[in-house]
Amino acid sequence: MTQGQILQYLISGVTVGSTYGLAGLGFTVIYNTTEIINFAQGEFVMLGGMLAVFAMQWWGLPLPLAVVAAVAIVTAIGVLIDRLTIQPVRHRSPIHLVIITIGISILLRGGAMLLFGKDTFSLPPFTGGSPILFLDAAILPQNLWVVGTAILVLIAMKLFFELTITGKAMLACSYDARAASLMGINVGTMVTLSFAFSAMSGAIAGVILAPITLTSYDVGILLGLKGFAGCILGGLGNPFGAVAGGVLLGVIESLGAGLFSSGYKDAIAFVLLLGLLFVRPSGLFGKKMGERV
Amino acid sequence: MGPGFFSRRIVGLMFFALAILVMPKTLPNDYYLTVLIFAGLNSILAIGLNLLLGYAGQISLGHAAFFGLAAYTSGILTATHGWPFLGAAAAAVFLVGGVAWLIGRPTLKLKGHYLAMGTLGFGIIVYILFNEATAITGGPSGFSGIPKPVMLGWKPVKDLEFYYLIWGIAFLIFLLSQHIMLSRNGRALRAIHTSEAGASALGINVAGYKLFIFVVSALYAAVAGVLYAHYVTFVSPGTFGFPFSVQLVTMVVLGGMASLWGSLAGALFLTTLPEFLRMVENFDIVIYGAILVLCMIFLPGGLAEAIHRIASLFVKVFRRIGLFSKREGAG
Repeated sequence: MTQGQILQYLISGVTVGSTYGLAGLGFTVIYNTTEIINFAQGEFVMLGGMLAVFAMQWWGLPLPLAVVAAVAIVTAIGVLIDRLTIQPVRHRSPIHLVIITIGISILLRGGAMLLFGKDTFSLPPFTGGSPILFLDAAILPQNLWVVGTAILVLIAMKLFFELTITGKAMLACSYDARAASLMGINVGTMVTLSFAFSAMSGAIAGVILAPITLTSYDVGILLGLKGFAGCILGGLGNPFGAVAGGVLLGVIESLGAGLFSSGYKDAIAFVLLLGLLFVRPSGLFGKKMGERV
Repeated sequence: MGPGFFSRRIVGLMFFALAILVMPKTLPNDYYLTVLIFAGLNSILAIGLNLLLGYAGQISLGHAAFFGLAAYTSGILTATHGWPFLGAAAAAVFLVGGVAWLIGRPTLKLKGHYLAMGTLGFGIIVYILFNEATAITGGPSGFSGIPKPVMLGWKPVKDLEFYYLIWGIAFLIFLLSQHIMLSRNGRALRAIHTSEAGASALGINVAGYKLFIFVVSALYAAVAGVLYAHYVTFVSPGTFGFPFSVQLVTMVVLGGMASLWGSLAGALFLTTLPEFLRMVENFDIVIYGAILVLCMIFLPGGLAEAIHRIASLFVKVFRRIGLFSKREGAG
């Protein structure tokens, strides 16, 4: 394999990995406030891409407006899901909550299938389609959009959690919800907010990826799982780790597909994940979990 | 659970056996027999998953993989390598038990979400193997030509024979599970579900018990997988994917976690449901999702709890109007 090919695999790996990272960021935000793993996260990614396509087709919106509309609608869906299904049962056991979010993901996927059909769709690239040549490898402008957006979202999240009162309040909920509520923090609102954020970052991932890979009603499962895998790889609960883990996963997958076999591409990611879980359950960048009882 | 519980248990089992015998006579045509056969297979799977999820509180999102692994192993050994049925079945069950042990040992150290993710990752890897190892498994188009089983000279061919075979095994598995759960093992598992730290403080080997029940539940799935492969005589990857793992979780949850009767009810209900949903094709998956969500929000104890509630309501009403004396209505 030539150097150019390897570079090419790296580029596509980083690109796809960035969207895993964004999906993983969504997991992290919800996990940080509630300790819930939202199995519907992949569906937010799927809905982002699909709604952008249909906002253009049905309402004739220009691309930028369609993108904004899609992200806004998905964010609203995230809030709705939290208010209708999570808030009423927030104090049940983790197994109950996991099962609820699995149910929601099935509902969203089924709804998308009924609404949009089973075909695959794609979005036009945001800025032109002519590749930039770089050391024998071709970079599409959309690759840059994806990576740039992921970095921007990550920075924005980081600033939000470190600098704003609301962000700090959300973090406080993750340490001890009862103590946070005694300090006058409205835990329910924070949870809703975290669902909004995670839906938003998922939708953004879906929208920026849709011009590169095709999108359809059922792409969410695998994207969500990869996002989660990246999240665990990087250490659950750590936003930087989620993105880094996602990117790492994307690169390994892409190189694996190139070097070994594209059929086993998805398996490579999970074999790696299982291996890591066994050796280092807290992830690459996660703190060692010391649970006191 | 005093002596009253014991006798109720026997009455329940007798009722179960009677229902198995009588059911086929009430069916209008043979098609429904097929549906009931699948309900039997799903019952075995759901009971197994319930031991793990409902009683021990450990989620598995990869149970379809154990089911599929056994189906493929037994199918390939008999069809490609000419093994006798019982040998192939034993090999398949043994293999799945071994895999479950290997996977379970490290995975069960993980808690909650990590465990869900670990089992899910395992399920996906196995699913991809079925698809990609084309030379052995036939790839996405599936593996056909699996012979019907032959056991000690008996060769079931007709659906009715399969019905009795599969439900007979389901009955034995139900019995075995009840036994496990009423024994010391069962109490240990329930203690683990309530509090792992508490259980281990009482001297319960938490990791050991979790591994034990994980392997048992995988073995049940393997038994169902073998029966499935030799009944249908064809296997393909699509049957053993993530959606089926979720469907199994749905059966357990809808039926009622930590209730063996509930698992039976959940498996029966969700296997027959698509038959009623034929006219709203494509909606069935949405309905599965809705059942999961609504059940978890409004009826966390599932059908088992609902029936129990209704029954105790009746008892209350009957007592009010003096039909039952206090003692008769008790329990």
